[in-house]
Amino acid sequence: MLFQPINRNYHDFSIVRDKDACINCKVCIRQCAYEAHYWDESRQKVMHDNAKCVGCHRCEALCPTSALLIQKKKSDFKDNALWKPEFIKYIYKQADTGGVLLTGMGSPVGNIPVYWDKLLLDASQVTNPSIDPLREPMELKTFLGAKPVKLEFTKTKDGSPKLKTKLTPNIELNYPLMFSAMSFGSINFNLHIAMARAATELGICYNTGEGGLHKTLYQYGKNTIVQVASGRFGVHRDFLNAGAGIEIKVGQGAKPGIGGHLPGEKINEMVSVTRMVPLGSDAISPAPHHDIYSIEDLHQLIFALKEASEYRVPVSVKIAAVHNVAAIASGIVRAGADIVAIDGMRGGTGAAPGMIRDNVGIPIELALAQVDQRLRDEGIRNRASIVAAGGIRCSADVVKAIALGADAVYFATAALLAVGCTLCGKCYTGKCSWGIATNDAKLAKRQNPDVAAKKLVNLVHAWGHEIEEMLGGMGLNSIESLRGNRDKLRAVGLSDTEMDILGVKHAGR
Amino acid sequence: MAKKITLDASGIYYRQLNEQIREAVANGATDIVLKNVNGQRYLAGAMDGDLNFEIQGVPGQDMCSFMRGPKVRVKANAQDGVGNTMDDGTVIIEGLAGDVVGYAMRGGKIFIKGDVGYRVGIHMKAYMEKLPTIVIGGKAGDFLGEYMAGGIILLLGMFSDKPSEPIAGRSLGTGMHGGVIYVRGGVPKEQIGPGLTTQPLDESDKLVIQGIVKDYAKELGLDAKAILAADFVKIKPFSHRPYGNLYVPA
Repeated sequence: MLFQPINRNYHDFSIVRDKDACINCKVCIRQCAYEAHYWDESRQKVMHDNAKCVGCHRCEALCPTSALLIQKKKSDFKDNALWKPEFIKYIYKQADTGGVLLTGMGSPVGNIPVYWDKLLLDASQVTNPSIDPLREPMELKTFLGAKPVKLEFTKTKDGSPKLKTKLTPNIELNYPLMFSAMSFGSINFNLHIAMARAATELGICYNTGEGGLHKTLYQYGKNTIVQVASGRFGVHRDFLNAGAGIEIKVGQGAKPGIGGHLPGEKINEMVSVTRMVPLGSDAISPAPHHDIYSIEDLHQLIFALKEASEYRVPVSVKIAAVHNVAAIASGIVRAGADIVAIDGMRGGTGAAPGMIRDNVGIPIELALAQVDQRLRDEGIRNRASIVAAGGIRCSADVVKAIALGADAVYFATAALLAVGCTLCGKCYTGKCSWGIATNDAKLAKRQNPDVAAKKLVNLVHAWGHEIEEMLGGMGLNSIESLRGNRDKLRAVGLSDTEMDILGVKHAGR
Repeated sequence: MAKKITLDASGIYYRQLNEQIREAVANGATDIVLKNVNGQRYLAGAMDGDLNFEIQGVPGQDMCSFMRGPKVRVKANAQDGVGNTMDDGTVIIEGLAGDVVGYAMRGGKIFIKGDVGYRVGIHMKAYMEKLPTIVIGGKAGDFLGEYMAGGIILLLGMFSDKPSEPIAGRSLGTGMHGGVIYVRGGVPKEQIGPGLTTQPLDESDKLVIQGIVKDYAKELGLDAKAILAADFVKIKPFSHRPYGNLYVPA
């Protein structure tokens, strides 16, 4: 009789231990939160259980004698183009448990095109000079919020001009970059401190996510966007007045159409205080905001927030990129939003049902191009800034996003990678060995806020330099000149329909 | 010392009216009477502290949203979104109220004399000393107390304009994972969300209801004894983690 579940040995990774190099120092045992490594008392040596390995590479990274190698398990099912191994494993797991498949981080699916990789940038040759950003001024400064249709001036007594038009509040960024929403609770406090400090040092913003804002972080308010989601966790008048902007989260690229669910295990005392929910009880965000069932309702909440903050800060509305995203974005702008944030289907998450993450929504590139075009066609592009999110991997992606019409981008997965994340996707377990997606004090201690902040600052500095180089190469000295400038993009290997949607020509044209 | 001010709201857009109110409060007003209110939105929104509002006329959407502290009395009906994400304070409505009362409300009290619409008390949540309470003198529409995470809803069904309707609409308390809903006289089983049942009260429930009804009756000039002269049932979540076993790691 078989007592072992049939899928026990169909695990994803193998731990390879070099017996000559291993000194049985037990670092791997201490580092692995999933207990894949253990001390075998009878054999007096470190052993491992491959089935428990999630592929986070923490042990490999910290092994002092470099004795460990984490590999994909070299076991293949018979080739079948339809029944890829993940589908086979999914069925075994669901047949055992009856459970909804839960995943973490952004969708890894390979059959949806990554349009960033199909787009190429232009550079100046002969007819207009390229610019060297190391010697000449280069403007990356970005303002997010509504812009006036026109500017009017009056003259003062001494004859100098004075601005007559009343400007609406904008968020000022030194780079067209922001750390995207990750709630305190989904990631721990050390990383929230790190994001807040890094954003302040860089002159950009980070987003609180929907878990409220701890009192000790109010001091970084000028560089904070506070988020209001359907669960309204930690949302109150002080919170709404703490930041440089308020964001209504309607949707998330990794899980369009469904709510959030922070498991009770992740709600420790500090998370409980910040979210204002009981210890250990699940924090459930309903799928919709139950006070928003229409564009008119959205208008109502936007202005409730503007009233609550006395019109001092712009209000953003974040949605997932879905089929009718352009029409929805138009409605959002007409409802009074100052910023529209669009999150594509490859955006990250701490927890999302796998079927939704991998099958719902559309890529950000297509959504962004269509939203920008629609707002231009309707003559309302000035009424809101566009922020693109969901799968921004490098500075070239940022430049391409801005050429497709974004005012700025949000990135979060890249920020987590900067502090050690290896995309193992087990964020929802609360056991993150890298000390990121965990509130376990012992694990969270692995992220030193100073070190993490420094890494985030480094990353943005590096991207900033690269963006300047690419801009200069195109003969531009301001990020403003690139915004929606699709002539700076060419496509390779895309269909006429795709190029039409993106508003770009094929390379060679 | 209380400083009273009366503002005439007739013909004034909500934005100007709310500015006038904020200015009056900044200048020390503590008791604010709003006359001829006719649909102006966000009244007392995000107001803070020990203030008293008397609203004459029908206020607009999202009254008392994000409010923390004031006591607001509406001498007529109210529209949708009363007490949206409210933190603290007391709202008394002498008529009926629309949809989405007390959405995600975290603290304070909302006393409504008459009926309410759909989606009332969704995702109310209690936290430490904060215990949000909604009392509905009439009947409620669908989805009362959906996703409720804390606090108390007391549904009386007594002062209703809808004699043929059930006391609560469909899906009462669906997905609730905290808090308690008390219903005077009981509620038909088919109106209650999946997994939930009505239960008889214990002694502590009775004390809670008596305390709330005493306040409610006093504020609205009603007879507490008459309200308490019937049996109540309670509806509580079957788990603080209703979806805890839903998932398997992919």
